Amino acid sequence: MTAPAHTPVQAKSITATDLDLYYGSFLAVKGVNITIEPNKVTALIGSSGCGKSTFLRSLNRMHELVPGAYADGEVLLDDVDIYAADADPVQVRRQIGMVFQAPNPFPTMSIYDNVAAGLKLNSRKIKKSDLDAIVERALRGANLWDEVKDRLGKPGMGLSGGQQQRLCIARATAVEPDVLLMDEPASALDPISTLAIEDLITELKKEYTIVIVTHNMQQASRASDNTAFFNIEGTGKPGRLVEVDTTEKIFSNPTHKETEDYVSGRFG
Amino acid sequence: MSTEPTQREDVTDTDPNADVPGLGSLASNAHAHAEDAHTVAAPARVRPPVQVAGKVLPGWAPWGIVAATAVVMAGLVAAIGWNWALWVVGTVVVGGAAQYVVSRAVEGKRRATDRGFTYAIVAAFALALAPLISLLYTVVSRGAARFDGEFFTWSMRGVIGEGGGAVHAIYGTLIITGCATLISVPIGILAAIYLQEYGQGRLKRALTFFVDVMTGIPSIVAGLFAFSLFSIFFGPGIRLGIMGSVALSVLMIPIVVRSTEEMLRIVPNSLREASYALGVSKWRTIVKVVLPTALGGIVTGVVLAVARIIGETAPLLITVGVVSSVNVNPFDGRMQNLAVFAFNSYKSPGVPPEPSIDRAWTAALVLILIVMVLNITARFIYRRFGTEIR
Repeated sequence: MTAPAHTPVQAKSITATDLDLYYGSFLAVKGVNITIEPNKVTALIGSSGCGKSTFLRSLNRMHELVPGAYADGEVLLDDVDIYAADADPVQVRRQIGMVFQAPNPFPTMSIYDNVAAGLKLNSRKIKKSDLDAIVERALRGANLWDEVKDRLGKPGMGLSGGQQQRLCIARATAVEPDVLLMDEPASALDPISTLAIEDLITELKKEYTIVIVTHNMQQASRASDNTAFFNIEGTGKPGRLVEVDTTEKIFSNPTHKETEDYVSGRFG
Repeated sequence: MSTEPTQREDVTDTDPNADVPGLGSLASNAHAHAEDAHTVAAPARVRPPVQVAGKVLPGWAPWGIVAATAVVMAGLVAAIGWNWALWVVGTVVVGGAAQYVVSRAVEGKRRATDRGFTYAIVAAFALALAPLISLLYTVVSRGAARFDGEFFTWSMRGVIGEGGGAVHAIYGTLIITGCATLISVPIGILAAIYLQEYGQGRLKRALTFFVDVMTGIPSIVAGLFAFSLFSIFFGPGIRLGIMGSVALSVLMIPIVVRSTEEMLRIVPNSLREASYALGVSKWRTIVKVVLPTALGGIVTGVVLAVARIIGETAPLLITVGVVSSVNVNPFDGRMQNLAVFAFNSYKSPGVPPEPSIDRAWTAALVLILIVMVLNITARFIYRRFGTEIR
């Protein structure tokens, strides 16, 4: 089985309109309007606490898992509102996968079961041979297959940090989502593993729309096509989206002064 | 860069020209000038020379001091009339004080405090252990007499005086405790899942509070509860094995809830989020991700809860009653169990009393052995199935 790991697939776009995000009565992010283009990598940058992670988590309705948290506004996946009254968060998350800051493989499961988790836990009946193919494809897609193919039955926790994170990416892609959200996926990793993840992100965009939160300017400029800059006026004030444009423009000639200050390191 | 060592030398070393202080300092200043302009200013403060060595008592000192104290105390106590308790207590107290005083004199205050506390902690540990060892020794030495084949194969049916066994009580203990576990574990685990994963706000706080209260209810109250509950349905004077199981469940459920809740709490949230992000529903996340991750700890908690209730006597005395023949049906009539068996054999031994009292001690020994096996099982399960949780 040597089919190319990434055959180009038309992915879906995300459009947020007047999106306000709350934690209880606290308005954390205010009035976000953004269109995230399909098959592109969109980086969210900004100082800590400015709401970029909150915004990211609102895109697959993980935000509302915090007690009291809710969203007000519209988020369209292509043209379907994921916050519509009849939208099921569980169904939304099947379309929009997520990779977290720290690698979090399931400690009770083997490498194989970790990748198959999304399918198995949803108790879809799948033939063993089909599942094998899906697992291999996902692991190849995450550039991890060659490293783990001889020990698929071993615990996922036995891998190195970088391998664990790629395992988590394989796990997220195994359920074939339309969009992949990544919350600082490389911040817990060493430079070599970070590079591996960034290369992987560049390959993954052939199949998926990718949104990535990062604190690393170089990472944003290396790995992303578009960049959105979030900022906050002060403690207790809501975060907001300052501007979104091509990464090249944001890093060379941004429209707003505060963006320029941030990307050039004079602030934040 | 040799500026710092130069500075130090200048000040702390005994100057060869010390008898002419003015000249000496002038000379060293001149030297400093020649070498580096930065050392012109004489240091305002002088650090003391490096000192890491200290006087330390030899390793045998703590034991030696206590031994010496014991000898001295033996002499003193003997002079006023021998008394074991006075001697032991005196040795422990005076030994500790002597330890501190000697250490303070030789080693200084910090080490003396350290030794004082070390001594207090070891003494407290020994104090806690003493009754346990004494109990174990008594039970083993007195229970060994009837720890034989007959004890494990005979019931007390038709036995008067010597011989007889407690097989009916062993069966009863295992069956009653087993039924109590079957009742308590599902209720306890589901309640813990509710409290940890679903419960919110005031209701959760209230339930947690009542679970805590329930862990503290006296076992006789649980027995009376089961007794009155069954009396409502079956009339007064009813005695059933299952009544005992219900009474024990009342004691066991809160323990299972608490330990399971603790175990669920330490399952990292990131695992739940990872599962949600794969589009897995909440209930499936709990069953397939959270529970397996906490399984080792939950099983350990259950086994320890069983060990805690297996020796209950009072609630079983009033709910299960006393019987001398084998009954393995918890839904039909009285049953015997080890704790009640031991209690009853000791309370009404008959004539001659010795064989009955021996049986009581052996029953206690068997009970302790069962609890020990359960504890070892729990440890084994935790080692084997316990998941490393970061």
